[in-house]
Amino acid sequence: MKITVNVWRQKGASASGRLVKYQVDHVSPDMSFLEMLDILNQQLIAKNEEPVAFDHDCREGICGSCGVMINGLAHGGRLATTTCQLHMRSFKDGDEITVEPWRAKAFPVIKDLVVDRGAFDNIIRSGGYISAATGSAPDANSTPIAKENADLAFDAAQCIGCGACVAACPNASAMLFTAAKVAHLGLLPQGQPERKSRVMNMVATMDAAGFGGCTNIGECTAACPKEIGLHFIGRLNRDLLTATIAGGSAVE
Amino acid sequence: MAAALTLNQSTIGKKAIMALTGIVLYGFVIVHMIGNLKIFEGPKGFNEYSHFLRVVGEPALPAGTILWVIRIVLIVALVLHVRAAIQLTRIDGAGRPIGYKKVKRKQASFASMTLRWGGAAIFFFVIYHILHFTTGAALPGFIEGEPYHNVITGFTTQVWAAPVYLVAVAALGTHLYHGVWSAMQTLGLNSPRTEKFFRALALASGVGLFAGFATVPVVILLGILK
Amino acid sequence: MTTETKPQVETRKPVEYTDARLNANVPAGPIEQKWSKHKFDMKLVNPANRRKHTIIVVGTGLAGGAAAATLGEQGYNVKAFCYQDSARRAHSIAAQGGINAAKNYRNDGDSVQRLFYDTIKGGDFRAREANVYRLAELSVNIIDQCVSQGVPFAREYSGYLDNRSFGGAQVSRTFYARGQTGQQLLLGAYAALSRQVAAGTVQLNERTEMLDIIIIDGRARGIVTRDMVTGEIESHLGDAVILATGGYSNVYYLSTNAMGCNVTAAWRAHKRGAFFANPCYTQIHPTCIPVSGDHQSKLTLMSESLRNDGRVWVPKMAGDSRSPDTIPEDERDYFLERRYPSYGNLAPRDIASRAAKMVCDNGLGVGPGGLGVYLDFSAAIKRLGEKTVRARYGNLFDMYERITGENPYKIPMRIYPAVHYTMGGLWVDYNLMSTIPGMFVGGEANFSDHGANRLGASALMQGLADGYFVLPSTIGNYVATGGYDPIDPAHPAVSEAVNAVKERIQKFLTINGTRSVDSFHRELGNIMWEYCGMSRTNEGLKKALTLLPALREQFWSDVRVLGSGNELNQELEKAGRVADFIELGELMVRDALERAESCGGHFREESQTDEGEALRNDDEYCYVAAWEHFGDPSSAILHREQLQFENIKLATRSYK
Ligand SMILES: Cc1cc2nc3c(=O)[nH]c(=O)nc-3n(C[C@H](O)[C@H](O)[C@H](O)COP(=O)(O)OP(=O)(O)OC[C@H]3O[C@@H](n4cnc5c(N)ncnc54)[C@H](O)[C@@H]3O)c2cc1C
Ligand code: HEM
Ligand code: HEM
Ligand code: SF4
Ligand code: F3S
Ligand code: FES
Repeated sequence: MKITVNVWRQKGASASGRLVKYQVDHVSPDMSFLEMLDILNQQLIAKNEEPVAFDHDCREGICGSCGVMINGLAHGGRLATTTCQLHMRSFKDGDEITVEPWRAKAFPVIKDLVVDRGAFDNIIRSGGYISAATGSAPDANSTPIAKENADLAFDAAQCIGCGACVAACPNASAMLFTAAKVAHLGLLPQGQPERKSRVMNMVATMDAAGFGGCTNIGECTAACPKEIGLHFIGRLNRDLLTATIAGGSAVE
Repeated sequence: MAAALTLNQSTIGKKAIMALTGIVLYGFVIVHMIGNLKIFEGPKGFNEYSHFLRVVGEPALPAGTILWVIRIVLIVALVLHVRAAIQLTRIDGAGRPIGYKKVKRKQASFASMTLRWGGAAIFFFVIYHILHFTTGAALPGFIEGEPYHNVITGFTTQVWAAPVYLVAVAALGTHLYHGVWSAMQTLGLNSPRTEKFFRALALASGVGLFAGFATVPVVILLGILK
Repeated sequence: MTTETKPQVETRKPVEYTDARLNANVPAGPIEQKWSKHKFDMKLVNPANRRKHTIIVVGTGLAGGAAAATLGEQGYNVKAFCYQDSARRAHSIAAQGGINAAKNYRNDGDSVQRLFYDTIKGGDFRAREANVYRLAELSVNIIDQCVSQGVPFAREYSGYLDNRSFGGAQVSRTFYARGQTGQQLLLGAYAALSRQVAAGTVQLNERTEMLDIIIIDGRARGIVTRDMVTGEIESHLGDAVILATGGYSNVYYLSTNAMGCNVTAAWRAHKRGAFFANPCYTQIHPTCIPVSGDHQSKLTLMSESLRNDGRVWVPKMAGDSRSPDTIPEDERDYFLERRYPSYGNLAPRDIASRAAKMVCDNGLGVGPGGLGVYLDFSAAIKRLGEKTVRARYGNLFDMYERITGENPYKIPMRIYPAVHYTMGGLWVDYNLMSTIPGMFVGGEANFSDHGANRLGASALMQGLADGYFVLPSTIGNYVATGGYDPIDPAHPAVSEAVNAVKERIQKFLTINGTRSVDSFHRELGNIMWEYCGMSRTNEGLKKALTLLPALREQFWSDVRVLGSGNELNQELEKAGRVADFIELGELMVRDALERAESCGGHFREESQTDEGEALRNDDEYCYVAAWEHFGDPSSAILHREQLQFENIKLATRSYK
C-alpha cells in the first residue's frame, strides 16, 4: 500500500510546529501503525532528515507510552485498541492520514508527537495509593473481598495511563483517568481509611494541573483502549461530593 | 456552608452546583409547561391560574409573597447556574489552548456539544420572554393580569415571536436531553444499574418539554386557540 | 549419548584465577535459617540517620520500584531513575500470566520447600541454592504486601484469592490478575513509590537514562545520566547504587521485550568491573505470534495458559498448503503430545520451543517462511463449547485477531517461539551485591535465582522479593558498615565519567555514516538468533565470533545519528543501546561456546541424548560463569563460582 501521512513536526517545546506531508510506500497491511512510522523514519534518515519522535515502548497495548491522534481520533478510534496495536489493514491504499500529538494544556508537547504526561503522575502522588508499609501486611486471605467488588476494582485498575481520555475529551478533562484510580482503590476494603482524603486531594491536583472539567460527554470512554466505563466518573463524583459534605478538605 | 464553599473550589463541586440549580430550574419548567397547557381551558382558567399564583398564601401572607419566593429561588438558581457555567466554560476552554487540525467524535451527542450555546440561548430567551409576557415591555397591547390575551396577541400579531419561542424551547429540550442525565452523573447517582433509567428520563424530559411548550404557539398559529 | 562420550568441543581456555570478589557470602547454617539469621546479624542504620544516606536506584520496574519505595519508606534519601516518561511504564507492566507464591491456599501439597525444589529443578541445577530458598520463603510475604496495597488479584466467589497452575509445577500456586498480573503488581509498586515521592523521600527522575557508573576508592558512589529531554549530562552521587534495569532480550532485536529494554546500565557497570554471569542463558517462549514480515519491530507473547486447551501440531507432509481445518486428523503431527506423553502440550518452555523449532527446521512449519506451528482450539471448542473457550481466552483471541487479522475460533492460531527473558545478568552475591562494592543488582538484571531456565510466574516473584525484602535489608547493612564520606562533585572520578559519556555521545553524532541504528540492530539480531538462539553449535558460535567484531567495527564507522545531543533524540538513545548490545552479543557467544553442555535454555547440539533431549554435564559445568571485562569482550576473563547442591540432589530434568 501507499500511504500519505501529515505528521505534526515540532522541534521542541517552545518551537512552533506544523503538519508536514510525507509519502510512505511499501506499507504492508500486517504492519502496526508504529511500524509504518518506523518505515517513515528509516526513509527520513536515508534522506538525512530528522526522524519523527514518538513515544512507545511495549508495543503490545499495556505500557501506555504510545498514543497519537490519528485522523482526529485518539489511538485511531478502533475499539479497545492502542496506537501500537492498530494495524495498517484498517486503512486503504492511497489513504491520507493526519497524525497529531495529544493536545492539552496539562500535556505540553516536548517534540513532534511526544508530550509530557507528568500531570498524571502528580495526580497519583497526591493520593493514588494505599499507605501500607512494607512488611507489615496481614495474611493476604485475612480479608475476603466479594468477587463482584474485586472484579469491578480490576476493571478500573486496568487503566494504562495513556492519556487518550484527555486527548479525546472536548474539554481536555482528566476525569476518566482520575476516576479509574479512585474507583480501583475505593472499591477495596484496604482503600477505605484514606478514601475521603484521597479523592479530595486527587481532584484538587487534577484541577490544578490545568485539565478542563467534565461535561459528561463520553468521548473519553469511547477512546479508552481499556474501555474504562463512564460510570466510574459517576462514582468519582459521588465520592468527592460525599467527602466534601462530610467536611473533608483538599489538604489533609 | 463550609461544604458549599469547598464545593465551589473544585470542578466537580462547581458541576454539582450546576446540577442542583439545574434541577431546580428543571422543576420550574415542568410546572410552567403544565401551567401553560391550562391555556386550553380558555381565558378564564388560564387567567385564574395566573391570578392564583399571585394571591396564593393569602391571607396568611401578603399578596405576591409566594410568587416572589419562587422568583427569588429561581433567580438565585439561575445566577448560580450561569455563574458556574461561565467559570467552567473558561476552565474547559483553557484545557486545550492549541486545538487539533483534524478532529472527529465517536460518542459525543449534538446535545452534549451544544450545552453552552443552548444555555446561552435559553438565558437570552428568558430575558426577552419576561419583557414579553410578564412586564409587557416587548408586547404592544399587553394587558396586566390577562395572560391569555397577551399570549394570543403575542403569537398572532408578532410573526417572529413563534419561531423565536420554538427555537428557544428546542434549545431547552436539547439542553435537558443531555442535562438531566448529566446532572445524575454529576451528583453521583448514576451507576451501571440506573444508567438506562436516567438516559430514558433525560430523553423523555427533552422531548416532553419541547412538545409541551411548543404546543401553545403551534395551536395558536393554527388558529385553534383564539 | 551418555556422559562418558562427552562431546568433543574445542574451547579457547581463557586465563582464570580465583578471586575473592566471587565470594557468594552465603551465611552459614541450615538453609531454612540462613535468611532469618542473616537478617539478625546484619547491622542497622539508625532511623534518624537514614536520610543522610543517598541510595541511587536505577529502574522502576518491580525490582527497582519496590526497592526505591521501601528504602524511601525506611527514611533513606532515594534517587530513582527510569528511561520511560513514567515509572509506571517499566517493562514489568507487560507480564501477563501470574506470580508464584508458596501460600498453599489450595492445600495441594505446596510448601516453601516444594517451590524451592521446583525452581532449582526448573533452572536445571544451575542456580545458587541459598538464594533460591530465600526467594521461595519470601514469596508468601509478597502476596500479603501486594494485597494490602490494593492489587486486585483474581478472587473466587468466596472472596478468597484464586490460583492457577503454571508450566513446570504440579501444584496451583500462581496468583494472577486476569491477563495483566505484571501491570497490577507494577501499579502497586508504583503507587507505593508515588507515596514516597509525595513524602519527599524519593526523588524520581523520569526520561533519564543512566549511561555510566562512578567508582571511587573501589566503591560504587554514583551514576552519570542523560536527561532525555534536554540532553543534559549529570552526575548523581550517593552511598550505594542499585541497578534494577531489566533484561537484555533485545540483543536479538526481535523479542517480547519492550522496545526500550536495554543492557546499557548493566553493560556500563560490567565495563567498570562488575562481573557478568551466564550471559548465554536466554529463555525462548514457545507461544508467540510469528513474524509477519521484514517490517516486524517486536514480537507479541500469547499467554502460556493457551496451552492448557490448545493442541500444537504441524502437517505431516512438508509443504502442505491446504487450509488447516481441511487437513485430516491422521495427517497431523501433534508433536508435543507424541514426544512428551505425560506433559504433552504443557511441556516446559525451553522444551516446547525447541520441539517447535525442530519441526520447522524439518520443513514442516506453517505460515509465511514456514516459521510457525498450529495451536488448535477446535477440539476444545467442540468439547467445551465456544462460549467457555471465549470466557477463558477471549481477550487473547481478540489480541491475536487484532494483530494477525485471522479469527482463531475458525482457523488455528499460528505460533512460534520468541526470545522472552534472560536468566543471565550481573553476578551478585547473597546480598545481591555485585563485584563492585556498593553496587547492588535486582530483578531480571541480576543472574541470581533462575539458573539456566526460569519457570513461568517466577520473575515477578523474584523482582518483588529483591525489591521489597532483600535489597532494603542488605543495603542497610552495607550503609551501616560503611561510614563513607560524602563525595565532592568535583572529584576527578566524577568528571572522568561525565566526560567519557559526553565523548561517546559526541562520537555517535559525528560518525555521519550511511546506515541507520536500526539496520545494525536488525543485523545483530539476525546473527544472534541464527548462531546463539534456540540451539547452538560449536561451529555456529565460532562463526558468530567472526561476524560480531566486524559488525561492531562497521557500526562505529558507519552509523548515522542525526540531530544533536541537547534535545530529545531517540536515534541517539538507540545508538548507545545498540553499541552496548553488540558488545554483549559477543560475550554471550563466548559464554555459549565455553559452556559445552546443554542446560535449560542453553542447548548445545553437541550435547544431547539419542532422543534429542538436552544433556547436562555436571562434572564439568556445574558452575556460574562470571565474566570480567578487560578492554573488549574478546579478552573478557572467565571466573567460576562452583555450585554446591546440599539440599537438593542433582538429577536429570525429565518431563516425559
Ligand atoms: C511479555 C512478557 C510477559 C511476562 N510474563 C511474566 C509472567 O507472567 N510472570 C513472571 O513472573 N514473569 C513474566 N515476565 C518476566 C518479567 O516481567 C520480567 O522479568 C520482570 O518484570 C523484570 O522486572 P525488573 O524490575 O527486573 O525490570 P523492568 O520491569 O524491565 O524494569 C527496568 C527498569 O529499568 C529502567 N532502565 C533500564 N535501563 C535503564 C537505563 N539505562 N537508565 C535508566 N533506567 C533504565 C527502565 O526504565 C525500567 O524502569 C514476562 C516478560 C515479558 C516480556
Ligand atoms: C411557548 C412557550 C411559553 C409560553 C406560552 C409561556 C408563557 C408565559 C406567560 C404567559 C408568562 C406570564 C405568566 C404570568 O405573568 O402570570 C410566563 C412567564 C414566565 N415564563 Fe414562560 N412561557 C413559555 C416558555 C417559557 C420557557 C421555555 C421558559 C424558561 C426557560 C419560561 C420562563 C418563564 C419565566 C421565568 C416567567 C416569569 C415568571 C414570573 O412571573 O416570575 N417560559 N410565561
Ligand atoms: C431554564 C433554564 C435551565 C435549565 C433547566 C438548565 C438545566 C441544566 C441542567 C440540569 C444541567 C446539567 C448539570 C450537570 O451536568 O451536572 C445543565 C448544565 C448546563 N447548563 Fe443549564 N439550565 C438552564 C439554563 C441555563 C442557562 C441560562 C445557561 C447558560 C448560560 C445554562 C448553561 C449550562 C451549561 C454550560 C451546562 C453544562 C455544565 C457542565 O456540565 O459543566 N443553562 N443545565
Ligand atoms: S482511562 Fe483509558 S484513556 Fe484514560 S489514561 Fe486510562 S487507559 Fe488511557
Ligand atoms: S469526554 Fe470529557 S467531558 Fe467528561 S465524560 Fe469524558 S471527560
Ligand atoms: S507502546 Fe505500550 S501501549 Fe502502545
